[in-house]
Amino acid sequence: MVADFGFGILVLTFLVALYSAGAAFYGYKVKDDRWVESARRGMFLTFPLVTLAALSLIYLLVTGHFELSYVYAVTSLSMPLYLKITALWGGQEGSLLFWSWLMSAFASAVMLRKWDRDREFLPWVALVTALTLAFFLSLSLFFENPFTRWWQTSSGEVAAMFPPAGSIPLIPPDGQGLNPLLRHPGMIIHPPMLYTGFVAFVIPYAFAMAALITGRTDDRWIRITRRWTLWAWLFLSCGLLLGMRWAYDVLGWGGYWGWDPVEIAALLPWLVGTPFLHTVMIQEKRGMFKQLNMILVILMYVMVIFGTFLTRSGVLSSVHAFAESNIGPMFFVFIGIILITSISLLIYRWGDLKSETELSSTSLFSREALFLLAALLFSGIFVVCFWGIVFPLVSEVVTGQQITVGPPFYKQAVGPLFGGLLFLMGIAPLSAWTRASLKTIGRAVWKPAIPTALVPPLLAALGMRSGAALVGFTLVAFVVFVTLYEFWRGAAARSRSQKENFLLALWHLAGRNRRRYGGYIIHLAMMMMALGILGIELFQTTTQQTIATGQSIQLNGYTLRYDSLAQFTYVDGRIVTRAVMSVYRGGKFLGQLYPRYDYYPDGQPMTIPAIRSTLADDIYIVLVNWENVSVLQTPFKVYDNPLVLWLWIGGFVFIFGTLVAAWPDADPLTVLAPGQEVRLAGARL
Amino acid sequence: MVSKRLIWFAVLVLGVCLSGARTVHAQQPTPSDDEVNAIARQLFCPVCQNTPLDVCPTQACQQWRDLIRQMLADGKSADYIKQYFVVHYGARVLAEPPRTGFNWLIYIVPPAAFLLGLYLLFRAYQAWKRMPKESVGDAAGELPSAANDPYVARVEEELRKRR
Repeated sequence: MVADFGFGILVLTFLVALYSAGAAFYGYKVKDDRWVESARRGMFLTFPLVTLAALSLIYLLVTGHFELSYVYAVTSLSMPLYLKITALWGGQEGSLLFWSWLMSAFASAVMLRKWDRDREFLPWVALVTALTLAFFLSLSLFFENPFTRWWQTSSGEVAAMFPPAGSIPLIPPDGQGLNPLLRHPGMIIHPPMLYTGFVAFVIPYAFAMAALITGRTDDRWIRITRRWTLWAWLFLSCGLLLGMRWAYDVLGWGGYWGWDPVEIAALLPWLVGTPFLHTVMIQEKRGMFKQLNMILVILMYVMVIFGTFLTRSGVLSSVHAFAESNIGPMFFVFIGIILITSISLLIYRWGDLKSETELSSTSLFSREALFLLAALLFSGIFVVCFWGIVFPLVSEVVTGQQITVGPPFYKQAVGPLFGGLLFLMGIAPLSAWTRASLKTIGRAVWKPAIPTALVPPLLAALGMRSGAALVGFTLVAFVVFVTLYEFWRGAAARSRSQKENFLLALWHLAGRNRRRYGGYIIHLAMMMMALGILGIELFQTTTQQTIATGQSIQLNGYTLRYDSLAQFTYVDGRIVTRAVMSVYRGGKFLGQLYPRYDYYPDGQPMTIPAIRSTLADDIYIVLVNWENVSVLQTPFKVYDNPLVLWLWIGGFVFIFGTLVAAWPDADPLTVLAPGQEVRLAGARL
Repeated sequence: MVSKRLIWFAVLVLGVCLSGARTVHAQQPTPSDDEVNAIARQLFCPVCQNTPLDVCPTQACQQWRDLIRQMLADGKSADYIKQYFVVHYGARVLAEPPRTGFNWLIYIVPPAAFLLGLYLLFRAYQAWKRMPKESVGDAAGELPSAANDPYVARVEEELRKRR
């Protein structure tokens, strides 16, 4: 009954989305705003409707309706309530419904804005969001229906929405349960964050298309969508970070990023979105890079759909899986339509997207030029990542040979490009808009350059010999000193001019230009993350040894004594095998760690490493359950991961910085209330 | 005659001993887990997707690690072992495609695309011909003041846009 209700609601929402798209287009064609308004209201309606469908599925998950094939696949009686709820995105069908729910939320939210000044965008924004929503709803309705049920037929069990002829309902007593790897808190929050980031990128794309179609190619669409993009970027970044933490905590291979195609697919929109956030500033300030911004926003959206396609179609395991997949060809067609439409519009409006500014007045060392160079470096990383995940598929199609493109390829290719980006992060804030020369940059850079110059000899004196590490840490130091110098310089100037104390001046300065100083906080956060990445990538050490209780493993001055091994059954039925390791350094006892592995009732294993984190390094112990484990012969794999904690600290600072940058300002029209005045270089408004 | 037999016996014993010594010499001490993993992490599980062999929990991979250990004990080199896996399971076991034939595209396309981007950038910069010697809007000149406070500048910009 509830399943029928949920399915019916999905059908209704699909029709409403199609109606909204049609009404928006027709309203534009006949120039009748009532149709456009009707389309807008239709999009409003999609959110409560998809919410009802999602709630129906959650109800079925929580109440254990195992007659539904999806409920059977992702829940079991022994699962706690919160996992049954989060199982909504624990499988293909549920996650597609969840995607649609988020999409409808964003589509409704964007329809809520005041459209008075941008009425001409409305039909096209409604059309693009409605069609995207309709596409994802169609996947749920026709290919990956979360409400299908089990039926017993003469030829066996069949999952279908409606009973096949001669079948009877089949109700399994229990479900298979959620994949243990997905029971980690990071994996519970990671997909919603990632999906939210993905979905929110649809909004800037919709406005960009509206700008292209209407010919209103000034910076209005950029100004409207700037915060949408920033929020999308924040969610996507959080999703990536949570995924990294999940991999670190659960997969048991001592790292956080394995250059897996699924990870890279999620990174691709981020690699396009990050330069876009910078180059839109130039369009806003100087009317430049309109063509580039349009290309980036189209690419961003295409990568969102492409990433979803890669992870959902099964194409990553093999191109043959793509052919067998129900939704793979659908995605393929949808991406093709997006590309053809977007590129056609872009070509049509190419001439209108020329720069408003006289380019000849822009110097090679201006901030605009450096941002463009940064965009090129990001593009380089993007090409490496994109080609790295696509090439195995191309190879399989062309040569029939399956190949792996693994971490060594990516590390060699993107390492120097990231180094270049670090350098630009240091230089660009010191460069002026429009006109700057080496001389003026030199005048600004010498102060932060002095402490930076001390870093390499200091590191060398401390024993660091790796050239890559010396370069990397020096660049990180440079960016940190430049950023702090920027804070200091602005606050000191304000302190002098406004006669405020330094801290108050800093507070007011950052508060009045949140976007700029929020951006600087993000730069600092990135440097913290860079510390963690450099530490683990360049200095990770590991050993695997099989020892008996009482014996120890030595690694980098640490002594890890194996105390005991115990096995017990947890309340949810999983069998836990847990070791106790005492950690010493220089003879000093630092604490105990408990590496373990769990076997779930369905036979699925999960390895949980024990981690001792400090600002200097992480000791990471894995009980190697893939080898033979006994009390007398227990294999442990131990990693010493220097500086990796900075990666996670940087993540928190990053979120803070993005919130500062994205926090809404009061509307300038309301800021300038009657009777108030602002002096502008002697003039009075 | 006796001495001749003794000589032959001594030669035989020596031969057997030397032969045994050769066998013992070829049989390395049991390789450590770290030695096995040093090679295993350069290989990818032929069954699981994108999982290095040193951390792959499947039974097949455990057997393959044992095979690496055995081959190391037999004195086989890392290159020989990797080649063995390529021959038996295909090039997909390698962390990077071999630099042969069609695979060259994976290595050529990204730098070629980057160089093309660099060229386009260079062409764009060429358009910006008149470069002044001195900065007009020096970074130091962006300090907040009554005249160029970013907040005020933003209000001014907003007002300009609404005209």
